[in-house]
Amino acid sequence: MSGSSNSGSRSLRSPLGHARGLGSAKEGLHHWWMQRLTSIALIPLTVWFVVSLIQLRQSGFEEYAHWIESPLNATTMVLFLGVTFHHAQSGMQVVLEDYVASHGLRVASVIAVKLICTALAALSIVSVLIVAFRV
Amino acid sequence: MTQAAKSSARPLSPHLQIYRLPLAAWLSITHRITGIGLTLGTLLLTWWVAAAAYGEESYDVFADFISSPFGLFILFGFSVALFFHLCNGLRHLLWDVGKNFSIAATKTSNTFVLAGTVILTAIAWLVAYF
Repeated sequence: MSGSSNSGSRSLRSPLGHARGLGSAKEGLHHWWMQRLTSIALIPLTVWFVVSLIQLRQSGFEEYAHWIESPLNATTMVLFLGVTFHHAQSGMQVVLEDYVASHGLRVASVIAVKLICTALAALSIVSVLIVAFRV
Repeated sequence: MTQAAKSSARPLSPHLQIYRLPLAAWLSITHRITGIGLTLGTLLLTWWVAAAAYGEESYDVFADFISSPFGLFILFGFSVALFFHLCNGLRHLLWDVGKNFSIAATKTSNTFVLAGTVILTAIAWLVAYF
């Protein structure tokens, strides 16, 4: 069935050739690449985060504030938060696209996850900076 | 007709409820489940740093929660999920560059992922509390 607008004449193009001609949405590779890039970044960041949590395990507000005042700790924490939320929304998108059958619900849930992750990233990063910059 | 009914009652393809999943498949779905869990866990992470930004009083509320038995239970689950996702994620990165695809290599890496999760969780909690 030549459903295309080939004015009556059947195309000699194979179905595979036709699909290749259409191409993809062109965003898949970027998504895949960003997911790997954030994974790689999260290896050292996660180790740092766990070690930091162990060091801070009994700490109160003052100890936390003193810890986050260090430029290195504040910077690494901001990186950890930013990369974590990027990785989270990217992974959640894959899961939602695989398992949510209804098209509308799928798009809505992906949008919701992306907006919530962006909001949480902003809130957590601003929160870190507020304490880090307090006089 | 009876012949057709007979054959249609047989499981023709390995459906999830019939097929015994190999360990690698369990680890694969666990990767997704822990990913979802860790995403939910970011709420806790945000609560922690946001509470600090609001000041000492709200920080104490968070500290009281996280050091309570329920808070520690959540934190323990978070740590297991984190170490599993880290170990299995490393395996995924190796797969992405085309390494360790054979069944034998996958069985070996299954063991590494599970052992790594247990060992890293044990080290973290032992260092933290002993």
